[in-house]
Amino acid sequence: MKTIFKSLLAITVVSLVLSSCGNGSSSKKGALSSSVAEKVYVAPGEHDEFYAFVSGGFSGQLAVYGLPSGRLFKVIPVFSVDAEKAYGFNEETKPMLNTSHGFIPWDDSHHPDISQTNGELDGRYVFINGNNTPRIAKIDLTTFETTEIIEIPNSAGNHSSSFVTENTEYVVAGTRFSIPFPQRDMPIDEYKGNFKGALTFISVDPKDGAMDIKFQIMMPGFNYDLSHPGRGKSHGWFFFTTYNTEEANSLLEVNASQNDKDFIAAINWKKIEEYVNNGGGKKVPSRYAHNVYSDETHSATSTIKKEVLIVNPSDVPGAVYFLPTPKSPHGCDVDPTGEYIVGNGKLSADLTIHSFSKMIKAIEDKKFTGEAYGIPILDFDAVHAGTVKQSGLGPLHTEFDGKGNAYTTFFISSEVVKWKIGTWEVIDRKPTYYSVGHLMIPGGNSRKPYGKYVLAMNKITKDRYLPTGPEVTQSAQLYDITGDKMELLLDFPTIGEPHYAAGIPADIVAKNSKKIYKLEESKHEFVTKSEADSKVVRDGNEVHIYMTMIRSHFAPDNIEGIQVGDKVYFHVTNLEQDYDVPHGISMIGAQTSELLIMPGQTETFVWYPKQVGVWPFYCTDFCSALHQEMQGYVRVSPKGSKVPIKFTLDGDAVDAE
Amino acid sequence: MKFKVVVLAVVVIFVTSCGNEKKEEKSSAPVEVKKEVVKKEATTNPMDDKGIGPITSLTLADIDETMVAEGKELFKMKCSACHKISKRVVGPALAGITERRSPEWIMNMILNPEEMVAKNPIAKKLLAEYLAPMANQNLTEKEARVILEYFRTKKAK
Repeated sequence: MKTIFKSLLAITVVSLVLSSCGNGSSSKKGALSSSVAEKVYVAPGEHDEFYAFVSGGFSGQLAVYGLPSGRLFKVIPVFSVDAEKAYGFNEETKPMLNTSHGFIPWDDSHHPDISQTNGELDGRYVFINGNNTPRIAKIDLTTFETTEIIEIPNSAGNHSSSFVTENTEYVVAGTRFSIPFPQRDMPIDEYKGNFKGALTFISVDPKDGAMDIKFQIMMPGFNYDLSHPGRGKSHGWFFFTTYNTEEANSLLEVNASQNDKDFIAAINWKKIEEYVNNGGGKKVPSRYAHNVYSDETHSATSTIKKEVLIVNPSDVPGAVYFLPTPKSPHGCDVDPTGEYIVGNGKLSADLTIHSFSKMIKAIEDKKFTGEAYGIPILDFDAVHAGTVKQSGLGPLHTEFDGKGNAYTTFFISSEVVKWKIGTWEVIDRKPTYYSVGHLMIPGGNSRKPYGKYVLAMNKITKDRYLPTGPEVTQSAQLYDITGDKMELLLDFPTIGEPHYAAGIPADIVAKNSKKIYKLEESKHEFVTKSEADSKVVRDGNEVHIYMTMIRSHFAPDNIEGIQVGDKVYFHVTNLEQDYDVPHGISMIGAQTSELLIMPGQTETFVWYPKQVGVWPFYCTDFCSALHQEMQGYVRVSPKGSKVPIKFTLDGDAVDAE
Repeated sequence: MKFKVVVLAVVVIFVTSCGNEKKEEKSSAPVEVKKEVVKKEATTNPMDDKGIGPITSLTLADIDETMVAEGKELFKMKCSACHKISKRVVGPALAGITERRSPEWIMNMILNPEEMVAKNPIAKKLLAEYLAPMANQNLTEKEARVILEYFRTKKAK
């Protein structure tokens, strides 16, 4: 036995030596990776340093991860229904997904951005755009719930969105697909000159965050791809990349790539705001939904708005300019000082950087090389600050570390490249796995980036994880950027396709997090504030059940007098006032989802009983040792039955005494 | 002996589960637990036990009817789903509670239930008997005080 052990040991030692001899670099990597693990290890019970809000792409949602651990904390439903949280299923949140096209249960979420004050992240809200049926959503970071969605009229492919100005004066939404304006029945090949691209400025009320479309700038029919705000010295300006300045309407992959240069549109929104405040612009009939969720009523309302203010750029001289930028620029990023505007030509190997001060001087000196639809085109050399040359293939997006460095993703060559602002030299490059799109440094779109990590978001993962059939996950990769060279720390899977992300130090947000909804403050129309108030009320063929829940029973839990053909509303109030004690409820045969009700909150689902019998409902969220016992019955009688409405708990009418 | 160890383990599970844990599985042997805890019961007068929490000393004056009315409303909203005055439901019946427990203990049980059911001998015994841990309804000291005033009007028969 001992001999066997010894020989096994010997074999193990030999094989260890062999494998380490074979490849010197792999043993070196092994030593490194142990310290790498420490850098992302957040011990059980410890908290992450940053929140990362990562777009859920075609899931339509927004995922909340911790950094550096990469742990998923929550998926916030935004543009798509979510059965787990009853979003879009319960009566309270259905209006959130209303649009001028009716109830739309899905969208394609792209670019989250966190609200700012004085150019720094303030952690009040996250905004995110729905790309398909153009919408902008606001998520309240006290509750981590979507509290407002505004539809964007005259827009299609709402892609150059939803970035905020440095005091959250505006959230912008730009159209990627130009469309006829006004929308009408017309031949597609008459695109040129007839289609328009709307850039929408949504004001955000500094007090309560309420959104409202202040104005839409009706730009030429190009594709407005991405945007970022000016800051510091360039505060008051907004920059949008364009492609398809050819105004092609078919086979865009060829026909929209003909021009050597497209544009970055520079918009002086302060000038346009002043014009609008002085009565400028034209109110145009329109139809778009504005949906608002209230934490007081725990309910959303949807209003269809009827008009929008349109600004024609040529009516506001000095407000809009075009900066020629090579090769279908995609990302449009502004450095923390507000001086440099980076345009990443996605069909180029170079990055083009424009200077804000040079732009202002070129405007003063009238260094124009022409105009497009009345908008001056600035001379390239007069605004050009520098070029990062031959830095990779397919540059997309750039973020900044606040220490004079920029980081750009390269989609085709799958890498992140670090370069120096001012000298435009490449300092480092690291591979990503694979086909990286956006990247994110917490606060990277602000005056004050927290340059500790960069998160790269990949479209393709191929061999990085265990295979799961034809579909494999997308991923994010975390790099340490505190040294001269970047260091890859972590891969983690993400939901949907992670487009952009926004990161923020956890302590800015965590301290404001709401723990419960106070029962006495509830203004829900169907709240039941105590068991003694629970009841069942018939109104024709509609029945309203006012129900309460607490560990671990419903009141009432025996209900009779319901009939086939009724429309039964369950209005359920969670009487708990303790943190992290939600209850769920589901009813057999209900064509909705469960409800997941937070402490002090009321939610409603509708049930259409179709079969005679006694049917159970139960709590769906494990709430206590007696969770299994948290259930009840509804007796369903035939239509026209004489069985009266009756509701009890433990055989009694519910009563406080 | 083995049985005792099992029982002790069950007790430990219960005690540790009464804090913020909400996903704890139900135990299979509640009756044995009850017996065991009863044996360990302290013999001191419960009216001397002030409990654990923010209230260390409280002197009661004559009953204040305004406070009683406020307390009754709050009790109805925040407590009555689990406690009735007249009968046991999820938690104990509360008639005569101020004759069985000190005012400090009552308020600490309302304000600091997690620690009470984990550490206070009387509260631990109650948890073993009722199984559902006392819920923290996040009341203020003032709110707990008016509920106490309401309890003072509900004497044992």
